[in-house]
Amino acid sequence: MASSIRVRATSYGETTEVQALIQHPMDSGFVKDAKGEIIPPHFIQQLTFEHAGKPVFIADWGGGVSKDPYVKFAFKGGNKGDDLKISWVDNKGATDSTTAKIQ
Amino acid sequence: MRTTTILATVLLIANGASAFAASEADYKAAYAAAEAANTEAGSLRNQWTTTAATLAAAKKAADAGDFDTAVTRAKEAEALAKASVFQATSEKERWKDLEIR
Amino acid sequence: MTRRLPVHVATAALALGVLALAPSAHAADKVDPAADKAAFQNYFTTKFPKLKLEDFVNGPYSMNEDLHKQWQEKEEFPPYEFSLEAGKEMFSKPFKNGKSYADCFPNKGIGVRQNYPYFDEKEGKVITLELALNRCREANGEAPLSYVKDDMAALTAYMAFTSRGKPMDIKIPNDPRALEAYRKGKEYFYTRRGQLNVSCATCHVQSPGERIRAEVLAPALGILNAMPIYRSEWSGMGTTSRRFTTCNSQTRAVPLNPQDDEYRNLEYYLSYVSNGLPISGPGARP
Repeated sequence: MASSIRVRATSYGETTEVQALIQHPMDSGFVKDAKGEIIPPHFIQQLTFEHAGKPVFIADWGGGVSKDPYVKFAFKGGNKGDDLKISWVDNKGATDSTTAKIQ
Repeated sequence: MRTTTILATVLLIANGASAFAASEADYKAAYAAAEAANTEAGSLRNQWTTTAATLAAAKKAADAGDFDTAVTRAKEAEALAKASVFQATSEKERWKDLEIR
Repeated sequence: MTRRLPVHVATAALALGVLALAPSAHAADKVDPAADKAAFQNYFTTKFPKLKLEDFVNGPYSMNEDLHKQWQEKEEFPPYEFSLEAGKEMFSKPFKNGKSYADCFPNKGIGVRQNYPYFDEKEGKVITLELALNRCREANGEAPLSYVKDDMAALTAYMAFTSRGKPMDIKIPNDPRALEAYRKGKEYFYTRRGQLNVSCATCHVQSPGERIRAEVLAPALGILNAMPIYRSEWSGMGTTSRRFTTCNSQTRAVPLNPQDDEYRNLEYYLSYVSNGLPISGPGARP
């Protein structure tokens, strides 16, 4: 199955800029469907970006984040060719992860 | 004189009474009129969502036995439907006023 | 006083008579799409002199500096990517009978989006891309897709993507029925509807770049070139059919059925007057 994570990491001298688009319904648990029944909560609870074994960005999310979330951030360090590992876990215990090379 | 006054008062009360309490028949007539106007709007492909909502509100009130509200809503719906018919008919020519030339 | 009354009444009647005639004193009702298109494009380029013609296909993003910056960032990682990938997969997958979408379209369906809608002279009606896709499905024993849901959006997203950059190229054959369809589409566009009494033109011709609540309005020129669009408001992808029907209900008009004649004709008109502008779909909107 294709990964739910698209990521692009680019090195600009001392900083690495990262963009990621994650496919996930991010249901808050407050929205009703056409029949009037609550769509159960289903959202990413933690998203982690790791470089050289250390986390460089951790997001603790809840139902307030919209569907198919997009993240953009920069961190100090990271060189071209390095690995960047991205993983998430949601409230149902599902996970996904991927590794991208910094360009 | 006294008889006339009593008669006048009785008549006044009778009229007043009917003005305050709508009957189911009143509602059915008002609803039918509104529906007819809305159907006409439908044939012109120009119904308003608020017409349908107001008709539904009229029916809901009637189902609960509140014919006064039902008649008021039905008359509102009829006004909305008639306005939508007027809009469709007048826009047949008026649209040209907006056209970029 | 009583002597003058008939004269006054007569004058009044004459005046009213003249007024009644006035509306039909509009320019001759002969349909000239080429002239319409020139006037249409000129109206917008004059209104927004700093924009290049192709910028209009980006709708609100070309109307507002701040939105433009956000959009440029967004284009690096567009939200329609998932739908586009799904569309590509769907398009390549054969039907149960072994045939595929490629068999229904010229050039196997690749790079043809800019030719839709077209006027089918056999049928005497406008055929849109969405309609053509569902007809292809039905002709091959598959159930039609909903015009307003994700699957149709994914398919049209892929087909639009294969035409990216190509100029919109709608043809109006020299057939009175085609001209009539075009004219009806134009009439629909300018006709006010719904309890809010607004037409498509009220927002997209009279007020592009202005705000409607929190949104910035797009110009009508090129407005279909980015379809289908991922709308943040919908948290998802939407087809042209979805946009037409929701616009109707937003003006408190009861929407027609997707792909009803009025909508097909509207799409025909709007696409034609944007001829020459590049296909930019699939797109993203607030």
